[in-house]
Amino acid sequence: MKTDIVLAGVGGQGILSIAATIGMAATKDNLNIKQAEVHGMSQRGGAVLSHMRISEKEIASDLIPEGYADLILSVEPMESLRYLPFLNANGWIVANSTPYINIPDYPDIKRILGEIEQHANHILIDADHIAKEIGSPKSSNIVMLGAASPFINIPFESFLEGIKLIFGKKGDKVVNDNIAALHAGKSFSEKHSVKN
Amino acid sequence: MQKLPLLGAEAIAQGAIDGGMSGIYAYPGTPSTEITEYVQINKTAKERKIHSRWSTNEKTAMEAALGMSYAGKRAMVCMKHVGLNVAADAFMNSAITGVNGGLLVTVADDPSMHSSQNEQDSRYYGKFAMIPTLEPSNQQEAYEMAYHGFELSEKYQTPVLIRITTRLAHSRAAVGRHDVKNENKLVLPQDPKQFILLPSIARGRYKNLLGNQANFLLSSEESVYNQYFEGKDKSMGIIACGISYNYLKENFRDEDIAYPVLKIGQYPIPKSKIEKIANECNKLLILEEGYPLIEEMIKGYLANGIKVNGRLDGTLPRDGELNPTIVAKSLGLSGTKTFDIPDFLANRPPMLCQGCGHADTYNALNIALNNYGKGRVFSDIGCYTLGALPPFETIDSCVDMGASITMAKGAADAGLIPAVAFIGDSTFTHSGITGLIDAVKEKSHVTIIIADNFTTAMTGGQESSATGKIEDICQGIGVEPEHIRIFVPLKKNMDEMVRIFKEEMAYEGVSVVIPRRECIQTLAKRKKEAKKKILN
Ligand SMILES: Cc1ncc(C[n+]2csc(CCOP(=O)(O)OP(=O)(O)O)c2C)c(N)n1
Ligand code: SF4
Repeated sequence: MKTDIVLAGVGGQGILSIAATIGMAATKDNLNIKQAEVHGMSQRGGAVLSHMRISEKEIASDLIPEGYADLILSVEPMESLRYLPFLNANGWIVANSTPYINIPDYPDIKRILGEIEQHANHILIDADHIAKEIGSPKSSNIVMLGAASPFINIPFESFLEGIKLIFGKKGDKVVNDNIAALHAGKSFSEKHSVKN
Repeated sequence: MQKLPLLGAEAIAQGAIDGGMSGIYAYPGTPSTEITEYVQINKTAKERKIHSRWSTNEKTAMEAALGMSYAGKRAMVCMKHVGLNVAADAFMNSAITGVNGGLLVTVADDPSMHSSQNEQDSRYYGKFAMIPTLEPSNQQEAYEMAYHGFELSEKYQTPVLIRITTRLAHSRAAVGRHDVKNENKLVLPQDPKQFILLPSIARGRYKNLLGNQANFLLSSEESVYNQYFEGKDKSMGIIACGISYNYLKENFRDEDIAYPVLKIGQYPIPKSKIEKIANECNKLLILEEGYPLIEEMIKGYLANGIKVNGRLDGTLPRDGELNPTIVAKSLGLSGTKTFDIPDFLANRPPMLCQGCGHADTYNALNIALNNYGKGRVFSDIGCYTLGALPPFETIDSCVDMGASITMAKGAADAGLIPAVAFIGDSTFTHSGITGLIDAVKEKSHVTIIIADNFTTAMTGGQESSATGKIEDICQGIGVEPEHIRIFVPLKKNMDEMVRIFKEEMAYEGVSVVIPRRECIQTLAKRKKEAKKKILN
């Protein structure tokens, strides 16, 4: 079993913390991982991208070939579309519906959401809203991860373990907030992941 | 020992620490920065007091590492590819002196120019200096090459170049480790004249280097990094260097590759293995991350040998980094792409952070320049280079570190008066000072803006050698004190900033303007760490 994930967002949105949590969960399960990060110029408010590969077998390439990703996990709606060439025919898009507008020519958001909705396999989730609702507005990225978790070949328990390991240092409240966020994202996905 | 999830850059650092390194010397530069940063926070490195403080530029770093090697200890110097241009004098001559303690020169190339001005291929420098060059294909090899690289260097008394590229430097995978070796003891070179490159001695040292070429070749022929994989289908042979080997393997996944494959990770290229693959195959496909170095060598000027496909004949693009999809095409495999990027997406280029002092400075400079017209602002490399883009569009050049001051001087010499230079604090000490001496000597009509944000921000906020010293340096060089002007770049100071710029641009000599305010990213980081300290 393998899962190839394209993680997308805007510099400063913290996609690397999602990658770290997935990486931790995968390592718990003794899976191989390769994760190509984007550093440097691209970080200052620009588009950012990370290729995350998880497999039982040895992984050759650090980059996912076009048409091979099983999942695009994007914390920003327009950014999810930028990497469509990587997605395989049955792959899932899990995207946050709240736009991050730091450019003058951001396209009509309705058009962007419409494009995502056209995809047979998509989850559009207002992660910021859900995070606020459960009382931990800072954990919207983990809500996103929860929403993507059903499409990643790692047992859900391993994600919980990963969160404990990564946020443990910050105290029980932060761990519990993030666990709640993970659950909230997952149950949203389970309700909405009917194929069109 | 447990495997560690490491970036390629970090794997090199860990390999060097475990291999008995006593010091790492570097100036930051993407994608090489993480090597030194890893050593700076590593426990063993701290216990051993391994030197890891930033150098002022790549040349000072290269020379300090050579000095540590002279004293018998193992040293690494690292830099991004263009940094090797700065260090080239020391680097080329270190091949002639040779080493005492093991010396590894780690250079991170940036094909596709993710954060660089060019995509030069450092393997050419290895060939130019005639020293062994290592090119890892994955994180584990990156670790091994650093770990064992010191022995290779000491065995042949030569510096060894390790060349990585952005993808490997910034990609993470699990890495296994070896036992931590002891550091070398302090010991002077056996031959007391080894490092004295007077012509009479240098000629002898050069002959020594030439004599060593056969050893370097032999080492490469026997290297575990140069592997020959037999294949039944001899219609084509594939030579894959460094990370391109992974892209090749990716395209065959669970199947064996039918063609003979020569994987290359050590240079000079293994001649007998090249002869073997050329002799048994009808044509060759050459996959190189970077310039077509091997392709050119094998093809030759007359191209009258075996048919060679690669970057030169268009089988692969001539520029940019490779990836599995590009390699698939070169193999004649059909693409697997299903979806395209919708055409209405907008680009999202990098920008100055909200509240960055460089923005206020550029706004003021744009107003002050109104009297003079466009085309006279020579800039440099740093966050402020983003001032080339809207909404500022203030600067007219960005070439190499330090070029702002010297290009402004040259343009002023030509009559473009006043000429303005825009340089950051870290870039100023890296290589702006010498240019300022030239300008002062000739009293050139230039206004030099040294944007002081107390850090090397572009590469993530490393310490800047300039902090606290800029005025003293300028005065020491001979800039008149009344023409060294300082302001705090904030919107509320707009009138003052514009006035100072106008006054100094009108002055027919060298003036230095220093907009001074801490980078808001390092400020935030500092505040967060202070808070953590109080809580602990
Ligand atoms: C020779 C060379 N070394 C390193 C780099 C990488 N690099 C780009 S900008 C920069 C430093 C920028 O610092 P500073 O001039 O203080 O400007 P800031 O980013 O802080 O505004 C570095 C190290 C480079 N481009 N060229
Ligand atoms: S990192 Fe610092 S110097 Fe660079 S754009 Fe941001 S605030 Fe400005």
